[in-house]
Amino acid sequence: MKKTFLNRDLIQRLGFSMISLVALFTVVPIVGVMIYIILQGAPAISWEFLTAMPRDGMRAGGIWPAIVGTFYLTVGTAVFSVPLGIAAAIYLSEYASENWLTRTIRIAIISLAGIPSVVYGLFGLGLFVLFLQFGTSILAASLTLSIMTLPVIISASEEALRSVPQAFRTVSISLGGTRWQTIRRIVLPQALPGIITGVILGLERAAGETAPILFTGAAFFLPRLPGSPLDATMALPYHLFVISTQVPEMPFQIQYGTALVLIIFVLGMNLVATVIRSRARAKRQW
Amino acid sequence: MLAREHMEKSKNFREYAITRLIRVSGYSAIVFVALIFFFLLREGIPALAEVDLGTLFSTRWYPIEGLYGILPLITGSLIVTVGAMLVAVPFGIGTAVFMSEIAPRWLREVLKPLVELLGGLPSVVLGFLGILLLSPYLRVLLDLPTGLTALAGAILLGGIAVPTIVSIAEDALDAVPTSYREGAWALGATRWQTIWRVTLPAARSGILTAVMLGIGRTIGETMTVMMVTGNAPVLAVHLNSLFSPVRTMTATIAAEMGEVASGSNHYHVLFFIGMVLFLISLAVNLSAAAIVFRSKKRAERVLS
Repeated sequence: MKKTFLNRDLIQRLGFSMISLVALFTVVPIVGVMIYIILQGAPAISWEFLTAMPRDGMRAGGIWPAIVGTFYLTVGTAVFSVPLGIAAAIYLSEYASENWLTRTIRIAIISLAGIPSVVYGLFGLGLFVLFLQFGTSILAASLTLSIMTLPVIISASEEALRSVPQAFRTVSISLGGTRWQTIRRIVLPQALPGIITGVILGLERAAGETAPILFTGAAFFLPRLPGSPLDATMALPYHLFVISTQVPEMPFQIQYGTALVLIIFVLGMNLVATVIRSRARAKRQW
Repeated sequence: MLAREHMEKSKNFREYAITRLIRVSGYSAIVFVALIFFFLLREGIPALAEVDLGTLFSTRWYPIEGLYGILPLITGSLIVTVGAMLVAVPFGIGTAVFMSEIAPRWLREVLKPLVELLGGLPSVVLGFLGILLLSPYLRVLLDLPTGLTALAGAILLGGIAVPTIVSIAEDALDAVPTSYREGAWALGATRWQTIWRVTLPAARSGILTAVMLGIGRTIGETMTVMMVTGNAPVLAVHLNSLFSPVRTMTATIAAEMGEVASGSNHYHVLFFIGMVLFLISLAVNLSAAAIVFRSKKRAERVLS
């Protein structure tokens, strides 16, 4: 009898150590890699690196056009995906009833979320670049990225809208507010922090993606900044791809510096989203 | 009086217009999925007319000579995905169990953002690290001619799938009612026995969903595999192929579409591959959704 109890304890101890080790092996490389990139990349980052054009076949100078390009693409993506995504979320949370149409919409959102990024690239090439003749441009790339981010924005916004208590709506309607007035003045403001968080997380994904812009808007190298939405553009993730695979004898420092800037750009957005979320949670009274 | 009526009318009209607009936006997701499928079909189906089926499903991918055998690309995707799952499933589920069942609260609060950090890393950054750090290391460690192999891709893609698996599996474990655990403890089970025999089985459909979505992410991943798997379209039939260069479907599209004349056979075949990828991702994601749906129904039955 005593022996079996000992066994159980031993097995538990073994199991717990094993699981803890697995978790350790998952987390330690993440931390290690982040520290390594920061250590390797930080010396490359200077005012010149951030604000100068690339020189000498991109082996010297800065990454300014790639930073600007990623900024343009992110803003362009937001212009299309934010209004559409929030409106779709409002529909699902405030208007839609549970029927086959709504179920079809949900299935479509799940499908969109799972489509590989390079397939979005193909679609963007087929529809925006060739069929609508936008050419390889910021416009075509932004449209492609915005369809890709749509499911993230819709899901997060819908969750935020649904978390607003039903009583808020009931009171507003009973005071004579119309449905839209209720949404506009009561539900949306309450759900706003959650929506903003979702939007930023969606745009963060768009900012870091390479495959969808490969053949819809990314340029290998441009001697000047894009002048209109119909120009192609350099972008941070694509630039990192180019300088780590396509340019021979690329100085490591510039590669790590570019990777670090991209990570700061993307994770900075993530941090902002997290701060907004936790602040809103702390302030919330319901 | 008139003015007021007018106001009412314009208010009604606005309400009507906005409702319409929101309704249309709500349908947009359906429209986009349909559009994507339509364009993949439109550009991909001609491949079936231009390249005969025997060639398309042969084992040689060599577009310059008109050889468009997509089997090596399919096996390439498969072997990398299988390898990635061998990494991601134990590590992902293990980490989820650790976070949800074993770790004290403070540790959990530290680990969660770290795992999310990995999920937020752009795939091109992982590919970059794969080229500079992982593959030289693998080459020396395993004494290979090149470190740019399916294995390097599998390890990194495992890393990409881990955050997906952790977050969904953790949610599934958290959703197991505390009373289940308390019941097991009350019967004298140890914490480990409770995890192994009660909590994990109770969360199995959620964990299965996590793994499915992990697979979905892995098959669709492009930049990382393109950068680290060596890009050799060789038929991979043995698990040994893990140690040699391969080329996935996604990487082929990404690497070749830029240099292809639109409307050519090559162009159409690349779209055809995109169509195959689209259908695979659809199947994986919809079955994951079906698992969730079914288990929800069952839970309602059991609890009511």
